[in-house]
Amino acid sequence: MSAPAEAAPAPVGHWTTGTVVELERLGDRLVRLRLDVADRTDHLPGQHYVLRLRAPDGYTAQRSYSVASSPDDPLLELMVECLPGGEVSGHLHDVADVGDVFELRGPIGGWFTWSGEATALCVVGGTGVVPVVAMLRHARAHGLTDRLRVVAVGRSLAELPYAAELIEAGAFVALTRENLGDRVAAPPYPEEIAALADGVERAYVCGSVGFASYATRLLGEIGVRSDTIRIEQFGATG
Amino acid sequence: MPVTRGFGGGSRRGRPERLPPGQYDTGRDWPVLTAEAQPRIAPEDWTITVDGAVERPHTWSWREAHALPGSTYFGDIHCVTTWSMLDTTFAGVSVDTLLELAGPQPEAAYVMAHSSTGYTTNLPLADVTDGKAWLVWEYDGRPLAAEHGGPVRLLVPHLYFWKSAKWVDRLELMTRDRPGFWEQNGYHDRGDPWLEQRYQGDP
Repeated sequence: MSAPAEAAPAPVGHWTTGTVVELERLGDRLVRLRLDVADRTDHLPGQHYVLRLRAPDGYTAQRSYSVASSPDDPLLELMVECLPGGEVSGHLHDVADVGDVFELRGPIGGWFTWSGEATALCVVGGTGVVPVVAMLRHARAHGLTDRLRVVAVGRSLAELPYAAELIEAGAFVALTRENLGDRVAAPPYPEEIAALADGVERAYVCGSVGFASYATRLLGEIGVRSDTIRIEQFGATG
Repeated sequence: MPVTRGFGGGSRRGRPERLPPGQYDTGRDWPVLTAEAQPRIAPEDWTITVDGAVERPHTWSWREAHALPGSTYFGDIHCVTTWSMLDTTFAGVSVDTLLELAGPQPEAAYVMAHSSTGYTTNLPLADVTDGKAWLVWEYDGRPLAAEHGGPVRLLVPHLYFWKSAKWVDRLELMTRDRPGFWEQNGYHDRGDPWLEQRYQGDP
């Protein structure tokens, strides 16, 4: 098998701070934050940031979150899913407000990135859509939309982050718990998305562990070589 | 750095002192994190090669590796994505046993662990010797699952877990350090969780 090496050098940022400029709670599980980052290092679409909370006695808690904004966006956008008992996501969902300052470190990660260098197919689920939203926004800003194809999977339209934006950008959206137009609730079938694999040089999979193994199998069934697949998975991290 | 408004860190109560800074206890829930598609390797097809800066490069088959003196690790593991799992049990063979047979050259100072997927990770030789590293094929008394790197993965539990390469098939001893896969992608060359050596530029 070929090596998952030869990654393009990606920017790596250091610790800095970000001030919340906009904060939107979407349903009871999602919070969208837009931050003004001091001394920001521009990211590549697909990279992530670490966000750290600090208690008065110096105790800290930190988690990684994918960036949803394109590098051209003056603000850094994160979409955070609130997990049960989540120490960091719970704070962001329940306590955080405009004007709060958080410690941030980023961008991080040089593997799960796309800047238009390859024709790519992304199969993403739930909050796994977030890094691909950054890729889509970048593609639209730079006329690269013909190089990026997206299959986004969610339980319902309300639970799928950025659902309207994904549909508008031409993503194939599959909902598993409700119908979408003529499409009956179901995970994506190979036949539905097979055409999207034509000419694909690279594939991206992002989602929960269970989703990632499903998506990897699905890509195999439509003829995408496993050594072209880049995966980002999240387990239970709150 | 600023104190976070409204954050007292109350959920740390009962936090074990064994947790390195910035880590939380994931309980028995072992998250699966990989950058590449999971390979399927039958034990009878798996081999481990020790080569590079050694006197006697050698390859062991599954049966030959199992015929070596066994070794068990009982303790904690720490992932850079901030989860730790406490009181794990892994069984396999100590890396010391393989190195004793291969004979590191005096100038060997680093090791590159290679996986059959092409994944690589670099470590100082001193971090895989003197009872600090294993090749493991058993977790909690059962065969190591493919999603966790089975049939055989490297285990270097005192460093962040990306150093414990899944699906390991080669230990290449080196006289000079060279960055592995995540190390080229912004992660730390050593990865000591107690020093929070997560990314390049950390102490």
